[in-house]
Amino acid sequence: MTALRALLVRDLRIALRIGGGAMMGVLFFLTVVTLMPFAIGPDLALLRRIGPAILWIGALLASLLALDRLFAADHDDGSLDLLLMGRAPVELAVAVKGLAHWIATGLPLVVAAPILGLFLNLEPAGLGAVVLTLLVGTPALTFTGLIGAALATALRRGGLLLPVLVLPLTVPVLIFGVAASNAAVVGPVPFGTPFTILCALTLTSLVVGPFAAGATLRHGME
Amino acid sequence: MDLIGSDLACVRGQREVFSGLGFRVAGGEALLLVGPNGAGKSSLLRLIAGLVHRAAGTLTLDGGDPELSVPEQAHYLGHQDALKPSLTVTENLAFWIDWLGGDRAALAAALEAVALAEIADLPAGYLSAGQRRRLSIARLVAVSRPVWLLDEPTSALDVASQARLAALMKAHLAGGGLLVAATHGPLGLDDARELRLGGTA
Amino acid sequence: MAWIDLANPTRFLRLVDRALPWLTALTVFAFAYALNGAFGAPDDYQQGATVKIMFIHVPAAWLGMFCWGMMTISALGTLVFRHPLADVAAKAAVPLGAAFTFVCLVTGALWGRPMWGTYWVWDARLTSVLVMFVMYLGLIALWRTVEDPTRAGRAAAILTLVGALNLPIIKFSVDWWNTLHQPASVVRVDGPAIHPSILIPLLAMTLAFTLLFVALHLAAMRNEILRRRVRTLRLLQAQGARGA
Repeated sequence: MTALRALLVRDLRIALRIGGGAMMGVLFFLTVVTLMPFAIGPDLALLRRIGPAILWIGALLASLLALDRLFAADHDDGSLDLLLMGRAPVELAVAVKGLAHWIATGLPLVVAAPILGLFLNLEPAGLGAVVLTLLVGTPALTFTGLIGAALATALRRGGLLLPVLVLPLTVPVLIFGVAASNAAVVGPVPFGTPFTILCALTLTSLVVGPFAAGATLRHGME
Repeated sequence: MDLIGSDLACVRGQREVFSGLGFRVAGGEALLLVGPNGAGKSSLLRLIAGLVHRAAGTLTLDGGDPELSVPEQAHYLGHQDALKPSLTVTENLAFWIDWLGGDRAALAAALEAVALAEIADLPAGYLSAGQRRRLSIARLVAVSRPVWLLDEPTSALDVASQARLAALMKAHLAGGGLLVAATHGPLGLDDARELRLGGTA
Repeated sequence: MAWIDLANPTRFLRLVDRALPWLTALTVFAFAYALNGAFGAPDDYQQGATVKIMFIHVPAAWLGMFCWGMMTISALGTLVFRHPLADVAAKAAVPLGAAFTFVCLVTGALWGRPMWGTYWVWDARLTSVLVMFVMYLGLIALWRTVEDPTRAGRAAAILTLVGALNLPIIKFSVDWWNTLHQPASVVRVDGPAIHPSILIPLLAMTLAFTLLFVALHLAAMRNEILRRRVRTLRLLQAQGARGA
């Protein structure tokens, strides 16, 4: 337990200090959402209708693009070797790193979402639904992304490989996240149905992500 | 305590680095791996540390903790220092103590042993290569593990630091520990056995 | 001569220490005068008391732009004249510019709610300010990513200059984009010509805000110089300990 807590604290510290990327995700999120109306047009009624989708796409890209250095940074400076030689299972180490990354990158997205929702003229019910679905859904994005981050590290390839590998895996999360947000505003399905499925997807990813990523890191060692 | 490897083989990227390799190191003993570049010194160390896949053979630590695997009882000092530049010297070492299962009470003494106590509060990014190396070595002192795996441990160290490292290694051996080191030069150990890799064994 | 004198950070620090109390007093006085005028100004016949948001909104918008202008001059100072205080000035200005632009956006949203019935419309002027705000945040991110201040200073200076060239283009594009799409529901802010009873407090408020900016900027520059000295001392400490 001491070891895992130390890892959590270390990763959060690195993210928050100079050179860390804690606020970068939110900034990217803000930029994407700001650009959308330039492509779509300033029609507030239209923006309100597709607002949840814009926010979800922005959050999806922001949480995945920030992931590619998660294990690569530790690999480059030799830390990953020592992390694998600890007494805690690799899967738990990976899960803790994912948790730290979500707190530093995913959680700020959830906090920023209602402010960005105002730009898109979302009504209070819609704002609440988007925030709730993002709160439940962004961990699924991060933990699915762990697999891609581990693969990119094991294969010594950064950049766009991770999104290319991971984006298809996030399709179900996107579908049910946006569906639940829309259901809260326009129906016809009740909010609970897609939201429950979203919760189930998140719980699954919390288990599958660390195991797959842990196995990848272990076998990625030549 | 004996670290015994028998019939070990290592394959990296379709190429067989070595095969049929055996060795035995007893407690209090040092084994130096010597040989030309590419002979597999680093690979053997990483194999013992569990960081490289073992294609064949067995590896056991007789007299060690039966609950733990060999890598969990070993320190690995690789080419990289495993430090985060934005964390301070103390924070870096404290994390590795917690992660590798040591006691934080040993932190101050370990920094003292590598002569970094006076800059304990500086970010590791401000340190020179030699200082970073010493901070990395402090990890071995702070957390007690019986097997030390050292890959070119003296690189970037000045003469005084090399002498200090030699003293630390002697103390480790005197305490019943063992070490395996890949090296091109002398380490300052009195009676170390050599294992020649590559060419005529 | 004075400019060259100021190139010496120590002399600059001494000047700041002497000037800052006076500047603070002047700012307080200016705010007292301007606030008195602002509260005394008549309510708008259409908007009622909400029009008073203008007394914060307009000066904040002015400073958001003023700050980028100042950073542009500093960027030239960094790249062309290699003035040692230029990138200190640029770095100290970024959070201030972002903060004033943020105040401008927030007050604009609060003003928009009673006027337009919504917190935000993609009006050309608002949108340009939002883009500027994002660019400020980008600069902050740049300063935070690179630890070495001289390297970060060069990169930030180039980005600031590119931004200064780009901001008019962005403004023009946004205007074009907006007239293309302009929905009929949006009411323009520009009312009839401003009456002197409002104009004078507004100008006083703008002056007070500018004084506040200058005071905060000088203090931030002082902090940045001290922060860099601490960094240098710690680097020296690491070097000194090397042989030990």
